[in-house]
Amino acid sequence: MATSVARSQIRAISTGRARRMGLVFLAIGVATLLLLGRGLEAGQKATFGLNPGFKSQAIKIPDLTLPVQPTIYTLAAIILILGAWQLIRGSRSANALLGVVAFCFVFAFLTWAARGKSFNLVGMLGSSLVRATPIALAALCGVMCERSGVVNIGIEGIMLMSAQAAVVVATVTKNLYMGLAAAILTGAIISALHAVMAVSLKVDQVISGTAIIIIGTGATSFIAARFLEKNINGLNNSGTFPVISIPVLSKIPLLGPIFFENGIIVYLMLALIALTHILLFSTKWGLRTRAVGEHPRAADTLGINVYLVRYVSVILGGMIAGVGGAYFTIGSVGRFDEFMTAGKGFIGLAAMIFGKWSPFGAFGSSLLFGFADSLQIKLQILRVHIPSEFLLMAPYLITMVVLAGVVGRAIPPAADGQPYEKQ
Amino acid sequence: MDEDRVEAESTPTPARAERDATEPKKSRGGLSPRLQAVVVPVLAVFTALVIGAIVIAATDTTVVAAYRNFFRAPRTALSATWRAVATAYGALFSGSLGSPSEIFQAVQVYRSTGDNALWLKAIWPITESLVAATPFIFSGLAVALGFRCGLFNIGVEGQFGMGALAAAYVGYSITGAPRLVHLPLAVLAGALGGAVWAAIPGYLKAKTGAHEVVNTIMMNYIAFRLSDWLLNGPMKAPGYRPVTSSVEMTAALPRLFPAPIRFNAGFFLALAVAALVYWFLFKTTLGFEIRTVGANPDAARYAGMSVTRNFVLAMVLSGALAGLAGASQVLGVDYWVGQGFSAGYGFDAIALALLGKSHPFGVVLAALLFGALRSGATRMQSLAGIPIDIISILQGLVIVFIAAPAIIRWLYRIRVEREEEVVLTRGWGK
Repeated sequence: MATSVARSQIRAISTGRARRMGLVFLAIGVATLLLLGRGLEAGQKATFGLNPGFKSQAIKIPDLTLPVQPTIYTLAAIILILGAWQLIRGSRSANALLGVVAFCFVFAFLTWAARGKSFNLVGMLGSSLVRATPIALAALCGVMCERSGVVNIGIEGIMLMSAQAAVVVATVTKNLYMGLAAAILTGAIISALHAVMAVSLKVDQVISGTAIIIIGTGATSFIAARFLEKNINGLNNSGTFPVISIPVLSKIPLLGPIFFENGIIVYLMLALIALTHILLFSTKWGLRTRAVGEHPRAADTLGINVYLVRYVSVILGGMIAGVGGAYFTIGSVGRFDEFMTAGKGFIGLAAMIFGKWSPFGAFGSSLLFGFADSLQIKLQILRVHIPSEFLLMAPYLITMVVLAGVVGRAIPPAADGQPYEKQ
Repeated sequence: MDEDRVEAESTPTPARAERDATEPKKSRGGLSPRLQAVVVPVLAVFTALVIGAIVIAATDTTVVAAYRNFFRAPRTALSATWRAVATAYGALFSGSLGSPSEIFQAVQVYRSTGDNALWLKAIWPITESLVAATPFIFSGLAVALGFRCGLFNIGVEGQFGMGALAAAYVGYSITGAPRLVHLPLAVLAGALGGAVWAAIPGYLKAKTGAHEVVNTIMMNYIAFRLSDWLLNGPMKAPGYRPVTSSVEMTAALPRLFPAPIRFNAGFFLALAVAALVYWFLFKTTLGFEIRTVGANPDAARYAGMSVTRNFVLAMVLSGALAGLAGASQVLGVDYWVGQGFSAGYGFDAIALALLGKSHPFGVVLAALLFGALRSGATRMQSLAGIPIDIISILQGLVIVFIAAPAIIRWLYRIRVEREEEVVLTRGWGK
């Protein structure tokens, strides 16, 4: 009887949550109507460019032109209907509906922002992927570390140091691949230090990560002020990886320019996502890693070397973060600036939590952050009357909303952040 | 007295605190925990300075050139190293405490002629160290109070900035009020600004379990953008620079020396607040609850304390302290707020709380040390050309050595009979 009471309670709670979601959807629908639907001129059109602007291999297709007023009204109606449905039926699959609602709202907003103008949609989606790259790599580093039970909040510091190492080595050797190798090596060394502190010395892992951030920002600024500023061309001017078009695939309209005309680091990120997924979920090593992250004592009893697994996972994660660091310098601007990672390491951690500690989940949520990031730049170009500072807040606000568990509670690996004491 | 000693070393559960307080410690050759609580931080700072010296020497082109000929002229190399390190640390010392000979001379001039210009010049470095230490005391207390409740507040930087903006707003928008009303109002506004900014992650932590580390950092970036907007828009002073107007003199913390010296009453306010935090944490029921939640949330819940309420309370108080740090800087030193005003204070504050072992008086000592380092580093940058960022490296190293005392014990062969446990933070979502 007790269990049935508990079960009905759970059902009551979850339907309560579903009902509340319905109200939220209705509120979003009304907001869409009131904020975006008012004061529109009849017959105004919005043009969405479906061809990238620069010299691209993709086959040209006609742009999408939509009448503004009917589009916004239709989207708002869809949101309102979904909200009413959710309120009455209290469907359990609220998350999928939330995705649809969010999509409708964003699309309505874009239509509103682009009214009477032209807006390059493919260009923005392409830049979303590029901007998601460092976030996804940071998130992947987090997944690797935390699946083995080590919290690593020092990713920001690791990426800064790798970014600097990459540009300096690339400039001195005049070889961008040497720079990339240097970034990966730096990531491995710094994360190995974290592993020593977190695994062997059993230091509080959040503190150890904070120390890495402080030393990382301090050391990179120190080196920049002492050496790089005096000799910019000799040390801090590497150029960037060229865009590589993949022969046949880049000709596909829409998808081609977004996925198959990028720099090498973006391809590397996509490959690493797949590789990490295979490593964690389809190999013996991955099974052991996850066992160590969930229940190190049990894993130890079965003869798995907990310390070794954690060292390897943290160092592999650091190498991935090193690639992410290289993106900032030799992957995008070709020089190092102080504090240039601007919180991407932390946003990566949020993406990891949002993605429920899985590589593909982390990638998906990184895309969301990348989208928010490139959206604010596009909106500045469209001269939307929102101060740019508020648009710049968007990724951070989204991170907080996501962490607050809008999309259900995320459960970390059971032994996450706990040092293992061998008995 | 006895209980305070135990509290200074760790945050044990109440039951353990009682047992530790009644049972005398047996010493078996190793350092007693009480002595170690002092020795480890001192050695940590010393070791960080030694590593800093190595960094200074290794990045000095003359020194590196001298080492190329090390086997032919070892003495040249060694003396070059000595010169580089001595110049740098000499400037650090004279920039933080003043040069002893100058002070001696100034005293003599003052005695014979009554001219105090030299005297003021001689004490300038040490007063600047105290000026720099003032916001450090407040912000270190902010992080320490969070640690006591098991919360890791990395958001001091944002709370500092919001507190500064709130204090500045009250400071310049009210005119004609007497100092007795205006100054307390501006200080309280600062505390409120920080408290509100910290309450958001505190509430989210309590209600949804969202980890405060990521959320406070996000709040830092949001505060940064918000202050950018305020300084370019609503709060911008007439003119082209993105800064606020200067606060009215009735809102300024009184300065205690003639013109160039910026030492002000904020320092004494900081000391008073440190004493207040000590009293609150160790002598009141609320403080006891906060410490219990920090030591063992499950035990606290079992004893009928509200863990979530204590999370929010500790976060709000921590934010208020961080806001006071911002207010003390605006109302005591700068009088206006500009862009990047709070940069770096958040991570400094973490180092301070760790170095001070999350004890209010330890934090004050750590803040005095960091204030001296910070103001000395400015002179080191101008005299010896060492970028001020070396201080961040030193701070990071201090954190490592404090958090991993095993390194220090191993380096200096210190034996210990019992590992002390300090609960500082918890994993995600717990």
